[in-house]
Amino acid sequence: MTDLEVPVQPKKKGLTRRQKRSLSRAAQYAVFVAAVIAFAVTADWGRLQNQFAQADIAKQMFPDVITLALKNTVLYTLSGFVVGLVLGMGLALMRLSSVGPYRWLASVYIEIFRGLPALLIFIFVGVAVPLAFPGTEIPGGTYGKVALALGLVSAAYMAETIRAGIQAVPKGQLEAARSLGFSPAKAMISIIIPQAFRIILPPLTNELVLLFKDSSLVLFLGVTLEERELSKFGRDLASTTANSTPILVAGLCYLLVTIPLSFVVRRMESKAQEAIR
Amino acid sequence: MSRPEIEVRGLHKSFGDNEVLRGIDLEIGQGEVVCVIGPSGSGKSTLLRCVNLLEEPTKGQVFVGGTELTDPDVDIDAVRRRIGMVFQQFNLFPHLNVTENLTLPQRRVLGRDKGTAARIAAENLARVGLAEKADAYPSSLSGGQQQRVAIARALAMGPEVMLFDEPTSALDPELVGDVLAVMRRLAREGMTMMVVTHEMTFAREVADRVVFMDGGVVVEDGSPEQVIGDPRHERTRHFLSRLLDPAMAEVEEETSDQVGKSER
Repeated sequence: MTDLEVPVQPKKKGLTRRQKRSLSRAAQYAVFVAAVIAFAVTADWGRLQNQFAQADIAKQMFPDVITLALKNTVLYTLSGFVVGLVLGMGLALMRLSSVGPYRWLASVYIEIFRGLPALLIFIFVGVAVPLAFPGTEIPGGTYGKVALALGLVSAAYMAETIRAGIQAVPKGQLEAARSLGFSPAKAMISIIIPQAFRIILPPLTNELVLLFKDSSLVLFLGVTLEERELSKFGRDLASTTANSTPILVAGLCYLLVTIPLSFVVRRMESKAQEAIR
Repeated sequence: MSRPEIEVRGLHKSFGDNEVLRGIDLEIGQGEVVCVIGPSGSGKSTLLRCVNLLEEPTKGQVFVGGTELTDPDVDIDAVRRRIGMVFQQFNLFPHLNVTENLTLPQRRVLGRDKGTAARIAAENLARVGLAEKADAYPSSLSGGQQQRVAIARALAMGPEVMLFDEPTSALDPELVGDVLAVMRRLAREGMTMMVVTHEMTFAREVADRVVFMDGGVVVEDGSPEQVIGDPRHERTRHFLSRLLDPAMAEVEEETSDQVGKSER
């Protein structure tokens, strides 16, 4: 085997591997910088600023953008989240039920509501429900309708999350509870669900972020001035001032909530990772 | 000894086509300590789990304290309150601290008030020598400490019978002693105990009777001196010779862990 001499440095003309690698990296930076410069040069900054960053219009939005619009957005989101959580928990338990029709019904619900755009569900709640049940009012007016629509949408996602969380609790936990004399229902409530919620806290918080954005669909229900949330508020003001600054401000208000929430989710996820290790 | 505390009659258990128990008859009297030994896959854990109906027997009857558990109309949760169970993997509730692990079942299942539950929890923690860990969470405890908490949790329910499913098999060797000491003390206090174990020293020292199982049947049932010291059956002899050779014993324990898991 000694006659097979392996060349240590394959003699090739041109660049070595290392040189090729740094060349490729330099090219990537060059493309990036070129794109930024091209954008900066070609964009009409003056007009952009004119349209989106008028300080006096922005000023005029306060304090209503916070005390009314952001407050309503948060209210809609939280009420939708609570409805979704309750409904989703019911669906998750139905999915895990030993009664066939319950499982079947929950699966159908989840497939339908995960497959439909949230917008259609808002229209459905706003139009179809009053038509189908004439004379009945959804309690809470617009707030009730939004809570129902957002709840219907999020329940489908949350049901799957909660089910996965329940199934992720080790089987020994249920056995230990049952051997101590817990009934299946008591074991589920006192032992399994509290542990499941620890597991699914990050995905549930993500769902809250999604709902926060979906609450903008309220404008398809038709709202009074007092019921406006961020998107509607921004759009209305943008059309009265013929300027898009309110849209930018409303957008920043969303980020004010979603970015910290995402940060919290990442923190929880890395903590959960540590707990597993 | 009027009636046996635990009585098993003609017990069969199959998982699909796999018949794990093929007709078990067993009686355990009040205050008796019975160790069940046998090779992995012999069905000893399944037998134990049938005694509190964590596994539903395919055929046969199980009585505990005179109540038939296999009666379809029995209130199984009520019967289980009289039967404490200790698992190989401890199965403490990780979201509760040590005291809450002991008080929550008392309050939810037995309806004891907060003060009584806390007092009984403290007594039982002291009983297993872990009074100072009352506020700790399970994840911060060693395996041996977790298992002792699990024993205390079962005892806090005031059981008449205790079942142990390989209580020391998941422990580091140096932690086995503490758990066995608690069990020895419990035996001395007169608790009726059924223990599936590989700890031959414990069986020889503490058990009133040793039951050797193989292939889903009871092969030998007698005093520890007889079953461990002077086994009548070739299968028992073969098993014991492998177990008592330390090098082989380690392999034995690992495979039994795996089989124990796949059984569930």
